[in-house]
Amino acid sequence: MTQKHEPGECRCSRGLTRRGFLSTVGAGVAVASAAGKLAAQPAASQGADVLPSAEMTPITLNINGRTHRLLVEPRWSLLFVLRERLGLTGTKVGCERGECGACTVLMDDLPRYACMTLAVEAQGSEITTLEGLMRGEELGGVQQAFVEEDAFQCGYCTPGQIMAVEGLLRAHPEPSQEEIQMGLSGNLCRCGAYVHIFKAAGRAAQLKRGQ
Amino acid sequence: MSKKEIYAVKGLSVPETPASAQEPKPWKQTQMVGKGIPRVDAYERVSGTAVYPSDVLLPDMIYGAVLRCPHPHAQVKKVDVEAASKMPGVRAVITGDTPEARVEWTYSKEARSSLFDPHCRFEGEPVAAVAAETPYQAEDALRAIRVEYDVLPFVVDERDALKENAPSVHGAGNVLKTEKYERGQVDRGFREADVVLEENYRTECQLHTPMELHGCVAKWDGDRLTLWESTQGVYAVQAEVAEVLKLPLSKVRVVGHYMGGGFGSKLKAGKYTVIAALLAKKSARPVKLFLTREETYLAVGNRPPNNMRLKAGVKKDGTLTALDFSCTGTGGAYPSGGTSLVDWLVRDLYKCPNVRTECTDIAIHTGPARPFRAPGHPQGAWVLEQMMDALAEAIKMDPVELRLKNIPNFSQGKEGNPPYSSTGLKQCLEEGAKAFQWKVARSKALAPGETGRIKRGVGMASCLWVVGGGWPPSTVILKLFPDGSLNLNMGASDIGTGTKTVMALVAAEELGIPLGKIEIEHADTGTTQYATPSGGSKTVPTEAPTVRAAAISVKQQLLEMASKELKLDAASLVFQEGSIAPAKDPSKSVKITDLSELKKRGVVVGIGYRGPNPENKAIIPFAAQFCEVEVNTKTGEVKILRFVSTNDSGRVMDRLTYDSQVIGGITMGIGLAMTEYRVLDRDQTGRMLNRNWHDYKLPTALDVPLEMTSLPVDREDSQANSVGAKGLGEPVTIPTAPAIANAVYNATGIRITETPISPERLCRLLAEKRKEG
Ligand code: FES
Ligand code: FES
Repeated sequence: MTQKHEPGECRCSRGLTRRGFLSTVGAGVAVASAAGKLAAQPAASQGADVLPSAEMTPITLNINGRTHRLLVEPRWSLLFVLRERLGLTGTKVGCERGECGACTVLMDDLPRYACMTLAVEAQGSEITTLEGLMRGEELGGVQQAFVEEDAFQCGYCTPGQIMAVEGLLRAHPEPSQEEIQMGLSGNLCRCGAYVHIFKAAGRAAQLKRGQ
Repeated sequence: MSKKEIYAVKGLSVPETPASAQEPKPWKQTQMVGKGIPRVDAYERVSGTAVYPSDVLLPDMIYGAVLRCPHPHAQVKKVDVEAASKMPGVRAVITGDTPEARVEWTYSKEARSSLFDPHCRFEGEPVAAVAAETPYQAEDALRAIRVEYDVLPFVVDERDALKENAPSVHGAGNVLKTEKYERGQVDRGFREADVVLEENYRTECQLHTPMELHGCVAKWDGDRLTLWESTQGVYAVQAEVAEVLKLPLSKVRVVGHYMGGGFGSKLKAGKYTVIAALLAKKSARPVKLFLTREETYLAVGNRPPNNMRLKAGVKKDGTLTALDFSCTGTGGAYPSGGTSLVDWLVRDLYKCPNVRTECTDIAIHTGPARPFRAPGHPQGAWVLEQMMDALAEAIKMDPVELRLKNIPNFSQGKEGNPPYSSTGLKQCLEEGAKAFQWKVARSKALAPGETGRIKRGVGMASCLWVVGGGWPPSTVILKLFPDGSLNLNMGASDIGTGTKTVMALVAAEELGIPLGKIEIEHADTGTTQYATPSGGSKTVPTEAPTVRAAAISVKQQLLEMASKELKLDAASLVFQEGSIAPAKDPSKSVKITDLSELKKRGVVVGIGYRGPNPENKAIIPFAAQFCEVEVNTKTGEVKILRFVSTNDSGRVMDRLTYDSQVIGGITMGIGLAMTEYRVLDRDQTGRMLNRNWHDYKLPTALDVPLEMTSLPVDREDSQANSVGAKGLGEPVTIPTAPAIANAVYNATGIRITETPISPERLCRLLAEKRKEG
């Protein structure tokens, strides 16, 4: 996993030890975080205080270009904070266990499941949600493409699909069909709009290139 | 179970709407209807401004969670909530001992239960519930509740439930009911046949798992309850909650503007709806209660598993002589249509004078079924359509040909044998075969000499859906403002099928108002009109004629106004886009926005009612699907290469959303055929083992063919209703699974009679076949 910021920047490591995390959150989250930056920085957390799970921790999140300072419980997911604390309900919830992609956001341009990311972990990253793709009241390119191709039915998986396509196009402005399908393979659509979503991804690539 | 019971609210009376004043013929030519116009609510859905029920945030809102029985069969002895009640953030705890929570709950008319029934007959029955400041604290509190259970013997497989000494679900034998149907002389029919085939089949239990979780936000203002519920029908939820909580209907407001999918599992309220309301009452705070994904696998419905047998006779010329079908199935612990409509296609799809069916519904200790997209039909199609394929082969006839030979023009299964208002099954088969290049593809697949381990095959299947014409009641109100803009007010939900878009198109078509000037209010029992839940492919044929009737009422009032203004008889005036003019002298027109009476009144209100359907007609949608697969005979993997779906659903109302429904239906059918099945620990614990999307696999972006062609047979059904449309949402998913199975057979010579067509199963069958030589 590529992360831009320096180890010292992660404020979560100051307030909380890794062991503190593991004692408060379930094994599922521990596995997820082990692959992320927590595991990458055991040194930084040595000697830090252990916080009880319910103790509120101040954090700063950079979301859609705005800075939010808030108090969170260390166990709160980024998804919960976005939806229920900040009212950014463009990001949806389908499973809260990394299966469906309804909660997909971009962290430093990479698609991430917000349900599998702790809010404290998300510090120091540039977080982009569906709302962040809007240009004022106007739809962004990927959103526009989804409208044109009718790339949804109920629309509930759609924010996640749009974020996945946005992330894909930021990395691969001219994706192949295979790249599109791989890029969307972590996002379920129970309404079964995939074939239109692929088309929308292709159309979005065009729109982004100004065609 | 009758269609009305499934898609209206069981046991609750449905109001009738008055006969519509006007039942015009469907339009001859259309300006707006039938084009591929993007959804009217697309902006909201892709921008994030659409507020789904799960998005609702209210001041002071807290979060509910439900503790569920972990056993398939148990008696609750004691629930100790003392520790939980004292935990940080906990604001309310309710159990079966809470006086307000002692309310009845009706899973089905035949078997009553209570909200927190101490006799838990399936894993996932609610035992207690809490509300706390955060969902995390609510979860903590659930963990702190101590429950003493008497764990009882269980049976979670209907194939075990009829054995001697099988544990009983309701105190007697586990057979809930057996339904029989017979016409003609079946035994004589078999004697007349040249070929008789007989086969056993099974389809596994499929779970809806819509993307938005089941749940609601509940808020009380004194004695008035407001619910924002993820539902297919706000009025159905209102009626149920009012009945359970003994509230006047007017005091229960249900709002469901957007919803993230239901597929039949959200036609009614759930226990969770009532629990949320009770928690909100107890805590005096608004409560948001959405289930976890795991809970939705246990407690909010499924498509029942079915074990089926079909014996079929055919003459060499393709005439079907007899069909004898039997099946067992289970709707789980409470009667909920375990075999409902499974035999319908056998009864009705193909011409056959001698038909016998017998369906036995069995109770087991699992969560009750709920209607799932085309209840019973995909299961029946799995049987009948594979059998047709086998019969065709036995008499050396093309499978499309065999079907074409047996197309009825009236319903053989319905009382009184009503003729179809229209049947496009022939066109579906012919046009589909042509677009698919069926003959070429089939002869290629059948050509000898293929020795590689990758084998190609093609298959097809067709279907009808038992009811596709919609029916009363429905009321729609249109408000035309003096600036020429329009408000459309209806109670129906748009469950993702494009209902709002279609209704806006109908109003635009009739009144010549641009879509940009039409705004829709819908799915709110407080502010919009009565409608039955959206489901059963009935929403468009129910609501669209109602919208048209309302538009015509607006038109007539405008003509009256213009008649006064122009001092001409209203009958001599005609409505043009945006203006009214004498038929004889169009130059003397008056703009609608200039009508002085409209300006004075501020609004013209048109009310439309859904008129009755034509008598003695069966309004039925038809479809055929064709597919091509590639089978790896070494690994058993099946790759679906392409699909063509031809649908006769009458007039195409909006091509974009039409096509979306078609590809969505195929995708869901691929799930049933290939990957979706419930796994229960049949012997040891009786619990469900794959209650999440990792273990219960939906089709993903990597599992669908890129080539999916939707080919409407776009002919208006002028007898059905005033817009000429029939339903679409169910037929698009009915023939998918057997079409794939037939293609796999075509590729490998192996008939897969049980879902799913998994690599394991196929590998085993391929190995067996190799052994047999
Ligand atoms: S909600 Fe995050 S992956 Fe499903
Ligand atoms: S549009 Fe409904 S789940 Fe994708």
